[in-house]
Amino acid sequence: MHRYPYLFLFIFLLVHCINIYAQDESEICFECHGDRTLITEKNGKEVSLFVNSNRFKKSVHADIGCISCHQDVNLDDLPHNENLAKVDCSICHEQAVTHFDRSLHGAALRQGKYLAPTCASCHGKHDILSSTNQNAKTYVMNIPSLCGNCHKEGTPVSKLVSVKERHVLEDYTESIHGDGLFRRGLIVTAVCTSCHSSHDILPHENPESTINRNNIANTCTQCHRQIESVHQKVIKGELWEKEPHKIPVCVDCHPPHQVRRVFYEESFPDKLCLSCHSNKSLQKTVNGKRISIFVDQDELSHSAHGTNPCIKCHTNISNSRNPVCLNSGKVDCSICHPQLQTEYNSSRHGTLHSAGDSNAPYCTDCHGNHNTLPKTDLTSPIFSRNIPDLCGKCHREGEKAAVRYKGPEHEIIKNYTMSIHGKGLLQSGLMVTATCIDCHTSHSELPFKDPRSSVNSNNIAATCGTCHLGIYEEFKNSIHSPSVTKTDEKLPVCNDCHFSHTIERVDEDDFRQGILSQCGRCHMDVTETYFDTFHGKVSKLGSVKTAKCYDCHGSHNILPTYNPRSTLSRENVINTCKRCHPNSNRKFVGYLTHATHHDKDKYPFLFYTFWFMTFLLVGTFSFFGIHTLLWLPRALKEKRNEKKKKQTYWKN
Amino acid sequence: MANNTHSTHNKKYIERFDSFSRFLHLLVIISFLSLAITGMVIKFSGVGVFQTLSKLMGGYEVTGFIHRFAAVITFIYFTMHIGYLIRKRKKRGIPFKAMLKGENSLVPNKKDLIEFGQTMKWFLGIGPRPEYGRWTYWEKFDYFAVFWGVMVIGCSGLLLWFPEFFTSLGIPGWFINVATIIHSDEALLAVGFIFTVHFFNTHFRPDKFPMDPVIFTGSVTIEEMKKDRPREYTLLKESGELEKKMVEPPSPLLEKAARIFGFTALSIGLLIIILIIYSMIFYYK
Repeated sequence: MHRYPYLFLFIFLLVHCINIYAQDESEICFECHGDRTLITEKNGKEVSLFVNSNRFKKSVHADIGCISCHQDVNLDDLPHNENLAKVDCSICHEQAVTHFDRSLHGAALRQGKYLAPTCASCHGKHDILSSTNQNAKTYVMNIPSLCGNCHKEGTPVSKLVSVKERHVLEDYTESIHGDGLFRRGLIVTAVCTSCHSSHDILPHENPESTINRNNIANTCTQCHRQIESVHQKVIKGELWEKEPHKIPVCVDCHPPHQVRRVFYEESFPDKLCLSCHSNKSLQKTVNGKRISIFVDQDELSHSAHGTNPCIKCHTNISNSRNPVCLNSGKVDCSICHPQLQTEYNSSRHGTLHSAGDSNAPYCTDCHGNHNTLPKTDLTSPIFSRNIPDLCGKCHREGEKAAVRYKGPEHEIIKNYTMSIHGKGLLQSGLMVTATCIDCHTSHSELPFKDPRSSVNSNNIAATCGTCHLGIYEEFKNSIHSPSVTKTDEKLPVCNDCHFSHTIERVDEDDFRQGILSQCGRCHMDVTETYFDTFHGKVSKLGSVKTAKCYDCHGSHNILPTYNPRSTLSRENVINTCKRCHPNSNRKFVGYLTHATHHDKDKYPFLFYTFWFMTFLLVGTFSFFGIHTLLWLPRALKEKRNEKKKKQTYWKN
Repeated sequence: MANNTHSTHNKKYIERFDSFSRFLHLLVIISFLSLAITGMVIKFSGVGVFQTLSKLMGGYEVTGFIHRFAAVITFIYFTMHIGYLIRKRKKRGIPFKAMLKGENSLVPNKKDLIEFGQTMKWFLGIGPRPEYGRWTYWEKFDYFAVFWGVMVIGCSGLLLWFPEFFTSLGIPGWFINVATIIHSDEALLAVGFIFTVHFFNTHFRPDKFPMDPVIFTGSVTIEEMKKDRPREYTLLKESGELEKKMVEPPSPLLEKAARIFGFTALSIGLLIIILIIYSMIFYYK
């Protein structure tokens, strides 16, 4: 402005001149139209052409004069033509008129419906007042009665079939908004136009409508900013912006026109739902099957969702349907449990389910529906002790999940029941024992081959470590840990020695005997030589207490013998042997536990001893073998001779 | 003898083994068979049949106990035998050297070498059967095989039994490994030798087949002695001791018991040797 002082001055003078001119020309118009008796005949009716100059001079249009609107009047050629064109408000109010034109009101007007309002119906003609003027029909306090002129109960408009909302004005007056407006004089309260907009009034089915399901939240939040934070208890706040379709819209709970403080009872109250769903014989047909849709109110009230209103889960309810819940679809649990839903969606169960696999379990298959119970409830299917049975429904041998499973694990439930975890849980009643979900997770279970799986080789140690932390920490520093040993070969993890579902106590005979083949899978040569020495030989005969790999090498803390912390380091080996041989000493620990007499370079003493003994044996047996072989034919011959002699003796 | 028991009553019997020696041999048989089975079980612990055998006997703990118990019996009979030799020397009042060099000594001498040569000729059909005395050279070998075996296997066995004690005396740990090989292979030699060579030489050779019960009955007929050990017979007859050595024939009950026990022992021995050969062929490394 400071840069263009002359331009500013010019515009100011121009506007001022128009005003002066306008007032002048209005005076000309009022010379005729100021006459109260000025009439004309239109369609056989007498129509007054009087314009109240006082009112006009108070109107918002006082300054622009008559000609600005009635542009087809030529002041130089008066009196003007009687049939003037209709005033086009869009000359100045382009947007408002555009909105009006596409609105319900505009459409009705175009169709020539006699009830359809025009601009003037609401704004008046020559006496248009600013909406900020308390006397204006469009002043906020007057809006309800303005709209009510047509929309209150009993008017021709309210009787139209297409209008479903009834008693709108009465309801509004009783509503919290109406209460604010009329009783408290709160002019920031919502009136009709706050929600429906003033000109762009569209039916709620129209996606552009301010009261469309998808827009209503936006509309309401014009005033009720950050209402989502208040609603967190009811609806997960973050969904409002990200996934608004997942939440019920404002009007589902706060019915339009009737918005109250105590709302549920007034909108879709549980009472309404139960009026049908408490009927035990209520059924619906899905894919040709009859399904009960009876809701056990007692069960529901004792469930984890007992205090939730129906509509909190069954969001897709609409007054436009009859019944309101018709085809409302599956409940979307992610409305309140978005994290779990995300996990589930990426899990094996979730991906199969979304691929349309009928065997794949959905939330309700594990959690139930109206009877869902928290995992702390002893009778809940997701209570620790009930988990094996729950998973067993599909994963027990012969059931639908087990049948399609092609991996190495079989008899999962049976094996688990006999395992140390299963016994702990089911026999000892130890509720901290690992169940299916402790290893596989509850919602993000994946096949072990999947690198994201909790039971993948790379993750299983950490998974076990959630309970067996101390062991996990030992293991992490042992030679088997990938952080200690860098190798391309597969390093052992928990289940390579302990197995998964058959995991048992490590002091059980089977485990102690089995470990030899477990270690032997990778350490073949030392296992073979172990079996050449006393410990191994006795183990093969079934000795359980005889030293096994881990009795000497340690189990989770295995370290190379040159590491001073190793159980077999020079410092520790005597004590390690002492656990079984109390009189172990420095010389004693020199016993070669993995000796073989086949290695001449490593164990020359054993090698030569063995071969000496072998030669001794071979020599002795060769000598006497020949001796016997020579003796046998001679002795047989002598025996025959003797027999012959005897026979001849008896003959003679 | 074995095949004409019906006529024993008409024959004259000469004592070959006194009751003490027979008792000792009984101990030897029992302990040796026990040691052999329980030892082979661990030597061939990788072979299923021996694992089964171990289980049948009550597991490795029981076999271990039997093995050590039989070892104690072995040490006992070994000591008893030494004591027997000492007592015998005292009784006869001659120095040890003379006893060892005597005609009835089990110590091999020049005569055995000659007899071995003669035997070879006899085997090949170019000479008569040698005039064997009280002990043939193979019997002397048998005797010393046991003597040697008990020493070697016994000593290495003690080392394995008490490794902590022996290593505390300064024996290096690896020597236990050496002792294991010696103990095990020497035992294989002993078992293999007794159950094949000794069995053939003494029992299965055609003139004694299927067994010679003399070690249990203790006596042989004069005819058999004349045929088997002509020199002993001649020497006894010449010295006039033959009459002194005459004994009553063994009772039928003893004969029967001898046969039952003998066959049992032989069968066990043969069974062990079959198992060993089977394991050696299919499993031994």
